[in-house]
Amino acid sequence: MIAAFLIGIAFGFALEQAGLGDARKLAGQFYFTDLTVLKVMFSAIVTAMLGVFWLSRLGAIELARIYVPETFLLPQLAGGALFGIGFAIAGLCPGTSCVAAATGRGDGLFVMLGMFGGVLLTGSALNAIRGFYESTSRGALTLPQMLHVPYGVVVCAVVLMALAVFRVAERV
Amino acid sequence: MKYADPYIAGVGLGLVLLASFAFTGRGLGASGAFAGDPWLLCELGGVIAGGFLSALIARRLTLVITRGPRMSSRSRLVTASIGGAIMGVGAVLARGCTSGLALTGGALLAVGSWLFIIAAFAAAYLAAPFLRKAWQ
Repeated sequence: MIAAFLIGIAFGFALEQAGLGDARKLAGQFYFTDLTVLKVMFSAIVTAMLGVFWLSRLGAIELARIYVPETFLLPQLAGGALFGIGFAIAGLCPGTSCVAAATGRGDGLFVMLGMFGGVLLTGSALNAIRGFYESTSRGALTLPQMLHVPYGVVVCAVVLMALAVFRVAERV
Repeated sequence: MKYADPYIAGVGLGLVLLASFAFTGRGLGASGAFAGDPWLLCELGGVIAGGFLSALIARRLTLVITRGPRMSSRSRLVTASIGGAIMGVGAVLARGCTSGLALTGGALLAVGSWLFIIAAFAAAYLAAPFLRKAWQ
């Protein structure tokens, strides 16, 4: 629990440093006026992905001991779409809304309150939608497993894709 | 306002995520805290403390309602709540948000995470033209 708190501190610190407590900065992502969200997200994903790949290859960490988020195709497609719409309206996501609130932005607090309401509502209606919620389950499926391509090849492809995205982003 | 370079901040965030994988066996998370997950509640407490600390050091603490130039404070608080609620529904259905699903599973190459990232960005870009009044 102390580890969770410490990780949270570093997490919140990094988000604030990047300016991701400012809803206008985040909303700029969707009008191509400020691509900070994209740059921060993809450089974070690439960094952690490369770290996990090399540390496991060197035997410093055991891949099997890291929890991989489970795949549920349709719920994640639908949930992702709803989440994106909410994100564009709110200008903040769950983590960044906390940073916004912590730095004195009232809108951050209201995103948090709305978020709490939405989670509570869906949680209480979960029994009614359980059929959909549990559907199209694929377990802890990863891209290398799905594509039958070696782990390192997918890692390399994601790095190349991210570099291409950064290159385009710098021209905007 | 002058913030850190996004790539440097992103690499920093990636190292935090990597440390979380290495020391706790799990990635980051935020939306789960709203559902009462004890581990994520502690983490979110840290996020609030860390965000506050960072803004304190950088002299960015403020008391404002961040909104588009054409929007009143009151309607901004309404859209913030509505957007938050919709995100809440989406995060429960998808079993995670930008932190727990997109960043964490993205780095682990989880299929559902990349599906979530694509769906969320596509939907946000489709919704954005209708929300122009709110932000521009």
